[in-house]
Amino acid sequence: MDLTLYVWRQNGPEEKGKLEQYAAKNVSPDSSFLEMLDEVNNDLIENGIDPIEFDNDCREGICGTCGCVVNGIPHGPQEKTTACQLHMRQFSDGDSLTLEPWRAKAFPVVKDLVVDRTALDNIIESGGYTSAYTGEVGEANQTLISKPDSDYAMDAAECIGCGACVAACPNGSAMLFTSAKIAQMAVLPQGEIEAAERVQNMTEAMLNAGFGNCTNHYECEAACPKGVSVKFIAKTNREFVKALAK
Amino acid sequence: MQMLQSSIGRKLVMALTGLCLVGFVLVHLLGNSSVFIGADGINAYAEHLHALGPVVWIFRIVLLSLFGLHIFFGIQLTLENRAARPIDYNQKKNIRTSFGAETMIYTGLAILAFAVYHLFHFTVHATNPEISVGVLPLDAVGRHDVFTMMVLSFQKFFISAVYVGAMVTLLLHLSHGVQSLFQTLGVLGSKTLPVMEKIARAAAIVIFVGFISIPVSILLGLINL
Ligand code: HEM
Ligand code: SF4
Ligand code: FES
Repeated sequence: MDLTLYVWRQNGPEEKGKLEQYAAKNVSPDSSFLEMLDEVNNDLIENGIDPIEFDNDCREGICGTCGCVVNGIPHGPQEKTTACQLHMRQFSDGDSLTLEPWRAKAFPVVKDLVVDRTALDNIIESGGYTSAYTGEVGEANQTLISKPDSDYAMDAAECIGCGACVAACPNGSAMLFTSAKIAQMAVLPQGEIEAAERVQNMTEAMLNAGFGNCTNHYECEAACPKGVSVKFIAKTNREFVKALAK
Repeated sequence: MQMLQSSIGRKLVMALTGLCLVGFVLVHLLGNSSVFIGADGINAYAEHLHALGPVVWIFRIVLLSLFGLHIFFGIQLTLENRAARPIDYNQKKNIRTSFGAETMIYTGLAILAFAVYHLFHFTVHATNPEISVGVLPLDAVGRHDVFTMMVLSFQKFFISAVYVGAMVTLLLHLSHGVQSLFQTLGVLGSKTLPVMEKIARAAAIVIFVGFISIPVSILLGLINL
């Protein structure tokens, strides 16, 4: 199938960018979205045009490196799917695709579709750790964790840190990402020691990085390739109230 | 400080003041509906309120502070949220949010403008003084004749239209606000959130229908002098 691409081209963080039109010809419906971009880049290189810069690594939907906004939806139209796991059979011959980078003040564009997501790392640094006992190895099963609690923590830990939630949020808020990281620790006994500082520090780091505030649009959950639930945002709000009471 | 500077703290202030304002709106609606009993209903209700004396002033000050906090943080948070995306998308498709949620700041500001007009109309008697000052004096038993003032006002199509229009903005504001506030307070989970979204819409519609029933009934002549 043949597609028309409108791709955001921007040479550097300080440069002005704009959408450029390219043709994607003879695209196999079985190819992945990123393979389609690879082919387009081959064509561009042959024609002496700079290839489109896009982030990717595992191409298995597990690392959280890939992602761009496809026709207004982060990671494209397929639910709970990263851009690398999106396949061209989701589109039809003759479609136009507009590709844009994640748009947020806290995510400056590095080049084309690549943005700098260091701000998410800064949020993790500010509280994404627990105190651990050192010395002798503890007894096995010393710290019991119920099945519902461990499931809850695992669901939160599904977050791969891609940043699609920020890209989707009308407020450019990183609340879903931040909440997933807070909630996965808040529910486990290991996370209790720093619980109060964690919620305060991580949400403060979020604000300081230039992300917006959550106003419960729930666009994040709809865009998240891992289906991380906004129930973790409610949990984070509860953790915040608990921290206030301390 | 946490409460007034942090992201979640300010959201909690929005939610708590919003909840109180919803409570006020409900009590106000209940009071207003005494107009359906006729002059005896609403004039007696107004007289009771005025008899409370200083309590009315305490109530007004509390209400004004709630409003002030809600508006201040509403504007501040909205400005921060806009600044968080300095370059907008050429194409953006929202999947989950609602028109009500996207227009909170506009419906909020419209409600503020309406509240000012409403006070000028029924409390200060500055707009349409020919109705409020001309007729106001007293009803047959010597009470402020709020009933006549309401009927003569809402018989004017323009005044009724302003009130109905304002209630549309309140409908939109609450259709998002009532569920949003409970999510902010952290009381919702995966199962209760969709239910609360429905409850919020229903509550917003009930409040809307309740308020507009008064000007509409008067326009249709169901309530007469
Ligand atoms: C009778 C008057 C009002 C009522 C009953 C009301 C109610 C609410 C409620 C329940 C919320 C949800 C709080 C939350 O998300 O946690 C809210 C949010 C909000 N309100 Fe109001 N409000 C009123 C007036 C106003 C006014 C005058 C403004 C003026 C700027 C305003 C602006 C906002 C904004 C910007 C939000 C935040 C949007 C969001 O969190 O999604 N509101 N309001
Ligand atoms: S919450 Fe979902 S959308 Fe947000 S960073 Fe994690 S995986 Fe990506
Ligand atoms: S490249 Fe790893 S998730 Fe897409």
